[in-house]
Amino acid sequence: MNPDEASPLERALLAAFGAGLVFGAGLALSAMTHPEKVLGFLDLSGHWDPSLLLVLGGATGIAGIAFPLILRRKTPLLMADFDLPSATRIDRRLIFGALLFGLGWGISGYCPGPAVALLAALPGSGREALLFLPALLIGSWIGRWSTRASKARSAVQRIDANLLDRGDL
Amino acid sequence: MSSFTPVSALLGGLLIGAGASWLLLSLGRIAGISGVVGALPFSRRMEFAWRALFLLGLVTGAGLLYRYGSTFGVQAPLSRIDFPAWELIVSGLLVGYGTTLGSGCTSGHGVCGLARRSPRSLVATVIFLLTGIATASVLRHWLENWP
Repeated sequence: MNPDEASPLERALLAAFGAGLVFGAGLALSAMTHPEKVLGFLDLSGHWDPSLLLVLGGATGIAGIAFPLILRRKTPLLMADFDLPSATRIDRRLIFGALLFGLGWGISGYCPGPAVALLAALPGSGREALLFLPALLIGSWIGRWSTRASKARSAVQRIDANLLDRGDL
Repeated sequence: MSSFTPVSALLGGLLIGAGASWLLLSLGRIAGISGVVGALPFSRRMEFAWRALFLLGLVTGAGLLYRYGSTFGVQAPLSRIDFPAWELIVSGLLVGYGTTLGSGCTSGHGVCGLARRSPRSLVATVIFLLTGIATASVLRHWLENWP
């Protein structure tokens, strides 16, 4: 496909594929797709492997330089708007969520990126993919459902409180 | 047991950061894998398409290195046959639930969030690094040596 002839949609999708390609190659090159490598960092009690710190440092280093420069633009190159997280409050949900994620990460050595990359190593990675990936999706859906339920609950409570203030209830 | 591989770790990290930067520059989206995976089944049209293509690219990029990267010492990961099945399942549930509740994982908070200087991401990253270290250290060493 000639980039000059591509429609805006095709260009955006090609860019998304390219970004994933580079990201996935980085995961594989750094061996973060190997849970034993990750556990070699997380497990301080054995023969400690600090590789993960260099991966995180390299990734955050280059993104830490690029992101502020990119965000000076009004719009990204191929879409109408930047879609950035808007939450700023450090709340219980953030802390509890990070805690549970760390717990799960420390058990198996998988975080979501390397878990997705298991699909590239089939059929050799089949056992781990079959056990870990469905559990990841189910956990994520439970999280979405419970977050939505608790948000709806607190919204109802806010409305109730407002109505009480006004004397309607 | 794994050995320290500083060169491939740093180069791989630079690629991960470059991929995340390219996604932000071209599409204005955050390369947080837990968010991309979790939102995929609930997205429509363009929001579905870019997530699907990004994940397809991720799998392809890793696959290319597994196939042709042996000169750089890259090998495809193999299933750990003796790793308990229930631990993989419990871990998957915790990672899926925790990253959804906490709005991010190692890539979303750890790479992109820190790059945006987000205080929320800094707090999350410190917490999951510390709990990950505590969990792995206890499970893999101290519990094994219990009488």
